[in-house]
Amino acid sequence: MKKAFPILGLLTAALLSFALYEALVVAPREQTMGDVQRIFYYHVPSAWTAFLLFAINFLASVQYLVRPRPQADKIANWIVIALGALTSIGAYVVRPLPQNMYPSSVVTTGVAIVGLYFLIKKYFSEQETDILALTTAEVGVVFCTVVLVTGPLWARPVWGIWWTWDVRLTSTLVLWLIYVSYLMLRRFSTSGQTPVLAAALAVFGALDVPLVYFSIWFFRTQHPQPVIGGGGSIDPRMLHVLLINWLAFLCFAFLVCWSRYRLEQLQREVEETQALEALLEPRSTVR
Amino acid sequence: MNDPNTARAQADPIITVTNLIKQFGRFAALRGVTASFEAGRLYGVLGENGAGKTTLLRVLAGLVRPTRGTVAILGKGDPREACREFGYMAHPSLLYDEMSGMENVRYFARLYGIQNDARCAQSITAVGLDPELGRPVGQYSQGMRQRMSLARALLHDPKILLLDEPFSNVDIRSAREMVKLLAHMRDQGKTVFVVTHQASLLDGAADQFVWMQAGEIINRTPDRKYMETA
Amino acid sequence: MSAPSGITMATLTKDIRLEWRSKDAINSMLFFALLVVVVFSFSFDPVAEESRHIAGGLVWIAFLFAAVVALNQTWAREIRNQVLDAYRVSPAPANALFLAKAVGNFIFVALLEALMTPLFIMFYKLRALGPAWQLLPVAVLGTWAIVVNGTFFAAMSLRTRSREIMLPLLLFPITIPALLSMVEATTTILVGDPSTSAKFWMVLLATYDVVFTTGCLALFETVLHAE
Repeated sequence: MKKAFPILGLLTAALLSFALYEALVVAPREQTMGDVQRIFYYHVPSAWTAFLLFAINFLASVQYLVRPRPQADKIANWIVIALGALTSIGAYVVRPLPQNMYPSSVVTTGVAIVGLYFLIKKYFSEQETDILALTTAEVGVVFCTVVLVTGPLWARPVWGIWWTWDVRLTSTLVLWLIYVSYLMLRRFSTSGQTPVLAAALAVFGALDVPLVYFSIWFFRTQHPQPVIGGGGSIDPRMLHVLLINWLAFLCFAFLVCWSRYRLEQLQREVEETQALEALLEPRSTVR
Repeated sequence: MNDPNTARAQADPIITVTNLIKQFGRFAALRGVTASFEAGRLYGVLGENGAGKTTLLRVLAGLVRPTRGTVAILGKGDPREACREFGYMAHPSLLYDEMSGMENVRYFARLYGIQNDARCAQSITAVGLDPELGRPVGQYSQGMRQRMSLARALLHDPKILLLDEPFSNVDIRSAREMVKLLAHMRDQGKTVFVVTHQASLLDGAADQFVWMQAGEIINRTPDRKYMETA
Repeated sequence: MSAPSGITMATLTKDIRLEWRSKDAINSMLFFALLVVVVFSFSFDPVAEESRHIAGGLVWIAFLFAAVVALNQTWAREIRNQVLDAYRVSPAPANALFLAKAVGNFIFVALLEALMTPLFIMFYKLRALGPAWQLLPVAVLGTWAIVVNGTFFAAMSLRTRSREIMLPLLLFPITIPALLSMVEATTTILVGDPSTSAKFWMVLLATYDVVFTTGCLALFETVLHAE
């Protein structure tokens, strides 16, 4: 890590600067909203990054729960594959897709999730999946906060309101609340098996997400309000800048996660070594 | 000590622990305990506070998972699989204060699949209490409460008894009666572990004293003549 | 009766008996429920027309707060005298305990709701313009949604510091879709707009209940036996 990290850090910094330049200068000026719209290039990639991180947290949590039980492990494998298959098929069968998503992006997401699950299974030991879950939760919450802050910052000058209970923003808020409660559980737990409890909570959170989405979506159809970020198709030049920014954010998120992961790993190693020392040294009879 | 035990001395170990380690953070409650215990004996587990006696019992009961090491109870690697074969008792009463003794025992019997009121009454009488007593357990004296807790631990006729400080704050008469009962159980072939600070109560009843210190078993003696040196 | 459901029933009757005997708990809960209704009624004093639009939200939030207090308390009983250890060492399955606690909580919270509802109707001069019978399934599904997750998270927070605050911290975010459904369904029924129907919300609530009851049953054993 000592060699790779600074190099990647520099590359990421360069990429981020380039992405910023693209967002502020190169990207075309939006017709109705003007330059304020450029915050979109921070808002959306942060959201996608946060969702990716939370997805990884969910997969890692599931892994942590099922790996000690071989039977549950096998069942989980099949469920993951089935979900991936269903998503891919559903992307071409369900018309029209909500939020004007492209079938190809839905399929990519489905396949990516299946792929990530098995990658985590292969390369992370049981303890390491827990560290991965913790890391992605923390960094995910940070990116989610960025989404929730940039949302109102964008909304205010453009639509005159700070907040709107639109589907995406509200779902993001609930996701943020769930993961903050996850982090609080991790911090406040006195159990020796905090990772298990946290993993259970993460699974509950993940089960909740589609329900949150549908409930707010239906709520919105009953009580329509302006949608921040708009739906509809996007100018290809804007899409290009958006994707560059997302790539830059992903690299940045990866670096932050990597260093947090290493930090946690080292911390646990220190604790284990200290525990081992305490085990070996003779204890005094007077306590 | 007692002659029946010479035959039992050749018995297979009923509990075996190997290199049992339990750490709570940096505190090592058990540091590599390796021992086997034979059936049909009464073991007194002695030691100072923090020696690991309670932790050892809780590991045997399956309430605490060891950090490292193995436990084998009646050949089963996970204490929870052998849960029908042991009864557990601790310093807190493990009873509901607002219910009477019989109601408590009846409920816990249900957890073991026992729906027979007569058996519940039997285990209450065995500890010298009255099954008809309608007073809620919260109003019992400590001696009565500990005896009722013992009744609860005994009701499913377990092969092993794990008792953590059963005589704590109990009047001397009740304590002596409990010891007599435990010795009687041992004579019937049960294995009894008693963690206690009042080791003198076990004189004449215990087959072996297990001395623990700083998370390890430092000695096992047939009587209390052994005293660890400071 | 198979063994686990026998244990569930035995645990449930035991809990009801204990609850009945420690009457201070029930009395304080009932009084708390009354206070909540009165305070809410002082804070909002709408005309009958408006009240129909907001009563749904107020009522369910009041129920939610009453439920949290009740939920915290039912597990507290198992911590006294470490009685939970006695359950853990027994061969009784963890799910039997969970169901017993959840059903017991459901009965208790339903009792509180039955007390608070007439008061709300009185203070807000409520009258349902839509199909009032639909309020019953909404109440049942909604209460179960709060109680099933509440029981699970209350058990989880037994292993944390600040036990009483952890329960709402964990429960509220997860309950948001259910809460939204309950409130919207109730409001739809009260307002009685013929173009809307509470059916979607009821289906969503039922889905929520099924999903999370399954999740709780699958994961409760892990939580119960966590040190």
